[in-house]
Amino acid sequence: MSDSPIAVEQHGPEHLHHFADAEQQRDAASLGMWLFLATEIMFFGGMFLAYLVYRYWYYNEFAAGSRSLDISLGTINTAVLICSSLTVALGVRAAQMGNRKLLVILLLLTIVFGFAFLGIKGVEWYQKFEEHHIPGRSFNAGDLIKEYPQIHIDPQHEQIYFSLYFAMTGLHALHMIIGVGIFVFLTYHAWKGRYTPKYYTPIEIGGLYWHFVDIVWIYLFPLLYLIDRKPLR
Amino acid sequence: MFDNFPLWPVRASAGAGNTDALFIFLLALSAFMCLAIFTMILVFATKYRRQRGVEAEQIEGSTELEITWSIIPLGIFMVIFAWGAVIYFHERTPPKGASEVYVVAKQWMWKLQHQEGAREINELHVPVGRDVKLIMTSQDVIHSFYVPAFRIKQDVLPGRYTTAWFRATRPGVYHLFCSQYCGTMHSGMIGQVVVMDPPQYEAWLSGGGTSGSLAASGESLFQQLGCVTCHRSDAQGRGPNLVGLFGKPVHLEDGRTLIADENYIRQCILSPSTNIPSGFKPIMPVFGGLVSEEQLTALVAYIKSLSPAASGAAGGPSLAPAGTRSQNPKE
Amino acid sequence: MATVAVSAEREHYLNKEYGIRSWLLTTDHKRIALLYLVSITFFFFIGGFFALLIRLELLTPAGDLVQADTYNKLFSMHGQVMIFFFLIPSIPAVLGNFLVPLMIGAKDLAFPRINLLSWYLLVIAGVIYIHCIATGGVDTGWTFYTPFSTAFSNTRVIEAGIAIFIVGFSSILTGLNFVVTIHRMRAPGMTWSRLPLFIWAHYATSIIQLLGTPVLAITLLLVVFERAFNLGIFDPTRGGDPLLFQHLFWFYSHPAVYIMILPAMAVESEVVACFTRKRIFGYNFVAMSSIAIAVFGFLVWAHHMFVAGISLYSALIFSILSYLVAVPSAIKVFNWTATMYKGSISFTTPMLYALGFIGLFTMGGLTGLFLSALGIDVHVHDTYFVIAHFHYIMVGGAVMGYLGGLHFWWPKISGRMYPEAWGRLAALLVFAGFNLTFFPQFILGYMGMPRRYWQYPPEFQVLNVLSTAGSTILAVGYVLPMVYFLWSMRYGKIASDNPWGAAGLEWKTSSPPPTFNFDETPEVTWEAYNYEEIPAPAEVPVER
Repeated sequence: MSDSPIAVEQHGPEHLHHFADAEQQRDAASLGMWLFLATEIMFFGGMFLAYLVYRYWYYNEFAAGSRSLDISLGTINTAVLICSSLTVALGVRAAQMGNRKLLVILLLLTIVFGFAFLGIKGVEWYQKFEEHHIPGRSFNAGDLIKEYPQIHIDPQHEQIYFSLYFAMTGLHALHMIIGVGIFVFLTYHAWKGRYTPKYYTPIEIGGLYWHFVDIVWIYLFPLLYLIDRKPLR
Repeated sequence: MFDNFPLWPVRASAGAGNTDALFIFLLALSAFMCLAIFTMILVFATKYRRQRGVEAEQIEGSTELEITWSIIPLGIFMVIFAWGAVIYFHERTPPKGASEVYVVAKQWMWKLQHQEGAREINELHVPVGRDVKLIMTSQDVIHSFYVPAFRIKQDVLPGRYTTAWFRATRPGVYHLFCSQYCGTMHSGMIGQVVVMDPPQYEAWLSGGGTSGSLAASGESLFQQLGCVTCHRSDAQGRGPNLVGLFGKPVHLEDGRTLIADENYIRQCILSPSTNIPSGFKPIMPVFGGLVSEEQLTALVAYIKSLSPAASGAAGGPSLAPAGTRSQNPKE
Repeated sequence: MATVAVSAEREHYLNKEYGIRSWLLTTDHKRIALLYLVSITFFFFIGGFFALLIRLELLTPAGDLVQADTYNKLFSMHGQVMIFFFLIPSIPAVLGNFLVPLMIGAKDLAFPRINLLSWYLLVIAGVIYIHCIATGGVDTGWTFYTPFSTAFSNTRVIEAGIAIFIVGFSSILTGLNFVVTIHRMRAPGMTWSRLPLFIWAHYATSIIQLLGTPVLAITLLLVVFERAFNLGIFDPTRGGDPLLFQHLFWFYSHPAVYIMILPAMAVESEVVACFTRKRIFGYNFVAMSSIAIAVFGFLVWAHHMFVAGISLYSALIFSILSYLVAVPSAIKVFNWTATMYKGSISFTTPMLYALGFIGLFTMGGLTGLFLSALGIDVHVHDTYFVIAHFHYIMVGGAVMGYLGGLHFWWPKISGRMYPEAWGRLAALLVFAGFNLTFFPQFILGYMGMPRRYWQYPPEFQVLNVLSTAGSTILAVGYVLPMVYFLWSMRYGKIASDNPWGAAGLEWKTSSPPPTFNFDETPEVTWEAYNYEEIPAPAEVPVER
């Protein structure tokens, strides 16, 4: 095909005209998404670095702040995301098999899980608001200082823990919202029958993105919630 | 406009010559490299300009040449690195026994306080030939203390002390610039360093602007703020005895060992819960927000004075002796 | 575009479709390149205007042209506009976008719609930034150091931060597009070792864009959050560390300078090869140097922080690494010079820019050796010495590379020749004006004049006046090409497919190229820079 003239051929979405063939297009899409995820690692990486440094310096405040998070909600959210990654993976399989109905159901389930995660996160944030743990003028770490007399908490440094908590979970939530948006788009097109065993690349790369957002949470959960959960003396 | 047209800064410190020497070497090296490359280009451009009937000769390359012109520059670079590193090491290691000047930078002025108590604003008087160590902090944003004639510069940070040192060698008046952009009047945050012969310096010192030594005002603060209640000089106090503390290692309750330098003392006053010495309870009140930077420097100076040969003993809050962890996590 | 009178019979990418929709909704990489050309030229003149005001203020020691706060905004916005809205996009988004598919024999980039999105991100960010300028501007310096930017500045920091955040993604997506394209869409026979060095250098640039820019994005985002939501991450009164910001900021901003210079080196290789009519000496070494610069460039960021309060040991490590990164750049300069040996050299406008590049980049690079020396840096850090150093590289290097490249590929892009005599005049004016503007600044820096100073002691005046005089000559040199490039689109000589007799796939298609680049997909059976097989054409002047 290498010396064929560039005629005005009708290509489906699986072979856009500027690619030599469908395989090249698939490879390009896959490489593109992996590279994009590498940029996302660097993006979150800056915040993980800040977290690392401050946790090392202000361990007590980080431990106390971590204990003040609702571990059951955090665990449920972790389970929700892991299940959503399962539905995504099964969705890719369904697309490979050409099972349109199953694909749509799985995509919808993923979206439901996504909303569940965001809802629970909203509840957690509201809890923080009520406890006056939002950094800024109304911040008050008095409850933590009273609750943990055996460790030494500087209320100013405590603000840093919560600043990072909100920045990290907030950015993660933003990525979830974008992910849900992407999956709404995918669900619509899946329902319209756009994805076939010959062409399901968007499902695959959308899935990659979703898995990445899941993995970020899997790091965030222990780092934010599980700093020091030993029973108190 | 033309009567003052110097092209080289004056040398007024013991270290200035070292910096200039390396600079001149680099100038010579650069001039040589530029001359070599520009000459080659000129020669090639002339000799090999396009002429009818003469084709270019396709040359793939030469691995020997590539290796040569990689290794030789690398070797020269390592020499430059080492030379520069030695100068830098010297610049960042204040000598023992240096007299100390505390500097507080704020938008947009320099506040300086001599050990003996003299206070200055935007001016620093020093005698020729004396090692002077600057212990500096900022009240607001990052500033930088720069004296071109001494070839020294050090950023001044909020929240911690940084140090610099020099030994002036030439009487005169030299520019002091803030060289880290700090807002509206960054370019107005300038002053002068006045280097005097020792007799004139003594005369200036006793002339006024003194209100007791820094350590003495620190001592009265120590009483006023109630520190003396717990930090007694016998073993009965609820807080550690501070006599002889400065410059020594302190074993903390959480297992770390830190050197009690300026930054350590400052931390303890502002945020006591971060450094609880082992065997003591975490009951010291927090003074962060209750003492100004000037008061902090006075307290630090007082506590230092409680140790024999205290000033300069620790060599500044930058390097920890081998075997201890970094005494200030903010390094 | 209906006024462009090229040979009307043949269809090509400029006349295939007319109308504003065909431009604003295009996915043709060549049209997108021109969209970028217009946008970044606009920002170049805004940044240049700020520079002019700065130089005018600095004619006298007193602050008498503008107020101190205004001056602080001028240098901040000059830096931000020039770096983020001009230099970083410039060569990759204009020349790279246009040429990468052509050079490798592809019909377009891997993701044409993302390419268009990249341009729109630049435009949206630009609109936000213009709004920022119009509503008060920003005065944090281009470096946004905390806590000044987070807690003390009274200017539009959030808006500027958001604008730069968005334009960062423009850069990331361009890099992503190039990497995937170069990996996956090379024509049959176009192996890695047959790629033009332009492609190697853009590949290295794209890696930096991909991996470095996100760190800037998160850093600026944290600054914006801190200001908007009163977080405490960089606030010293709450235990935040101002040095943390600096580490995060410079982790991107040092590699960023390699984003700005590598593409100029890309142009340099192509132009030198063509106008010496030879393969670049040491092709493998030049290609590998690009990769080495990209890798090592990520390891040296704290050489911007030698006096910031980092430990002595950190400083030693970063100093020695900074010397390592100088080696590949030196290798390239030697190889370009060696290429001239036994070449057949002509002095066209692109070649004049290329020769000027070698000279100025060498000088700028050598002064980098000064700055990497710890003992010297203590004295010259944050002075005009640093300003002179980076302008030698970014203006003497990158901008001259950009202009040289524009002239070299102008016939391919527009189908027209620019007027050669005017081209040479402008190149000489740029070279002369540049040196007069920036060489005195080396002296000013060693003398001790700090940067970002609205007013200064009188003994610095003479050198400042010289510098300002140079900047007026430089300005003329920059305006001239704008005028004659526009002129050439209507009145310039019609260009043949390959007016320079250059090697490279882009010269095997028509000028301007058809929308899908090639009439038939090329099959490459020859090495790069096969000048022994290409006759020199009429356009290239013969000196005897």
